[in-house]
Amino acid sequence: MPLLASLTHAELRRRLHEGELVLRTGPFTTRIRSDIAQVSDGLARLYAAHPVEDADSFADFQVNLLRSSGWRRWIRPQVLFDHGGNAPFTPLPLGQSQPMFEWVMNWCVSNHAHSYLIVHAAVLERNGRALILPAPPGSGKSTLCAALAMRGWRLLSDELALVRCADGQLAPLVRPVSLKNKSLDVIRAFAPEARFGLPVGGTIKGTIGHLAPPAASVARADEPALAAWVVFPRFEAGAATSLTPVSKAQTFMRLIDNAFNYALLGERGFEVLARLVDDCEGSDFVYSRLDEAIALFDGMSAEAP
Amino acid sequence: MKPALLVKVLRDPQRASGLAPRAWELLLSQARAAGLHGALPFLLEDAGMEAPPAPRRHLDWLRTEALRHRDSMRNEVRLIARALADGGRDAEQLLLLKGAAYLMANLPPARGRLFGDVDILVPKRALPAVERALVLHGWTGTKLDAYDQRYYREWMHELPPLEHMQRGTTIDVHHAILPETAGLRPDPERLRGSAVPIAWPDGVQGEYPLSTLSPQDMVLHSALHLFWDGEFDHGLRDLYDLHRLLAEFGKRPGFWAGLVPRAAELELMRPLFYALRYAAALLGTPVPEDVSRMLRRAGPNRLLLRVMDGLFLRSLQPMHPSCSDASSGIARFVLYVRGNWLRMPPVLLARHLFHKAFISSRPAEEARTAE
Repeated sequence: MPLLASLTHAELRRRLHEGELVLRTGPFTTRIRSDIAQVSDGLARLYAAHPVEDADSFADFQVNLLRSSGWRRWIRPQVLFDHGGNAPFTPLPLGQSQPMFEWVMNWCVSNHAHSYLIVHAAVLERNGRALILPAPPGSGKSTLCAALAMRGWRLLSDELALVRCADGQLAPLVRPVSLKNKSLDVIRAFAPEARFGLPVGGTIKGTIGHLAPPAASVARADEPALAAWVVFPRFEAGAATSLTPVSKAQTFMRLIDNAFNYALLGERGFEVLARLVDDCEGSDFVYSRLDEAIALFDGMSAEAP
Repeated sequence: MKPALLVKVLRDPQRASGLAPRAWELLLSQARAAGLHGALPFLLEDAGMEAPPAPRRHLDWLRTEALRHRDSMRNEVRLIARALADGGRDAEQLLLLKGAAYLMANLPPARGRLFGDVDILVPKRALPAVERALVLHGWTGTKLDAYDQRYYREWMHELPPLEHMQRGTTIDVHHAILPETAGLRPDPERLRGSAVPIAWPDGVQGEYPLSTLSPQDMVLHSALHLFWDGEFDHGLRDLYDLHRLLAEFGKRPGFWAGLVPRAAELELMRPLFYALRYAAALLGTPVPEDVSRMLRRAGPNRLLLRVMDGLFLRSLQPMHPSCSDASSGIARFVLYVRGNWLRMPPVLLARHLFHKAFISSRPAEEARTAE
């Protein structure tokens, strides 16, 4: 399957204009239509290593991101999202098109893909064992995720842990890592070789920049992984690095708090989550220094299971 | 205007065999736009149709969603029954309308039907007691301004929608099936008098007697709701409800023979005429010849009928970019104004539309964010 990087910029824009760009991200395909330069530019920078499918293939989701029309075309232009005619969000300023693309990609998956238990969490893997980092925004989850991904951990996802209901394995959904405000500089200093999209200021979350996922992780997007650790991270300025065990029951309840479709899956959701928690060690993790954090996780992954 | 792929598949599920990958994508997308996505997996399953793996995965997702929805709506009805039981016996019975009725009576339209609100019909004199009982159990008036409150309480046939504080579910409490201000006034006492008691489904323990409208009244109410309301966002779904109700009830002895006389009694001949006409035209619903003959004079004159055909056949397509053009937007607007016209005298209508257009806060301004 050709990669997005193999398309010329003109061809990428043509496909976007005509709704013929079908992008594969892990188990899903998305047909993207857009007439916005930030969207094509963001795709070229952040999704270069992702496969693109034939225009006539079946797409799971339709993401239309189009410029507002009428007077809004000229004065304070906006970006409108619709999914097959359904517009679940209010428009955003045109300059925020690229972060909006990332949000709607998450929305598509978490609102439809009910063959997975979907948890708001980052997922990384090393030596065949996966680490789940569930956390509310502001906990330093994405910073930690970006740092691990730049230090040899395989990235499965920054935002959505997909637990397959059929066998409990984690399906990779490798996409850019969303970094906010100071985290951007932290990761730039930590990994100068990292590639980023253009930072976008003034969003409801402040300045957002996306880290391009490592190409090696993207290439392994069809290899699932079994979870070994559930770690609830918390960044705390000046804090010493600490890892404290969390009971199975607590781990279970806290994963439910971060799950999108636990209630919708009913009994099956309970079984899938119970099995996952059974096979994992749960911990609370507080950190302020990234190097120490990485050393601790590297040590964990080196231990025999 | 070409009929949508979804309409063809609803009419004949075998049409789904051998669809190209992009046609499957379109079918699923149109079904979502029409609010029929929950029904699609069951429709194809019942017809013995196998989808290729990629669309089949969507059908599995949708089946999961639909079954969960069924269970949570059943539970919702149980909780409403408990609230009414605690509040006394004023409502006499828990008379369900539309989606909740199909669901609890296990009628074919319930299969995969996704609906947001539970609609119930109570005697007008019981309204205060019912509202009090529901509020005591956590339902609360949605944020409506004084104008909206007046709109519902003085002119409409229902209380302002009540939303549950924790679950976010909505209940519409009706005391009639058309507004106080409408030209047609089907007598709610007659509807309640013919209501049919139903058993609580297996595994759901209800504390109040449950009932639905009689089969004929259920069809007439569905027709009235679709063709007198003015909102066509779910027009095709509602027409498909009618199609499946007619297919089911049509098998029962006496159903067709009693339908037209009942429509005459309730002054609902015209909505029934439209319902049978467009269900047959779009979905191929079988209608006995003598029923069509009895209804012939209930329709509008030939000129008006051609206009109405143009409006309804456009508005009953899925609300999807692939089957919308400028004329479908105009048709929906004309039917919106007509829907209100049928419900209110002209002066009141003009005032209402003015208020909605310029004074009420617009939905686009609501705090929906991309989160």
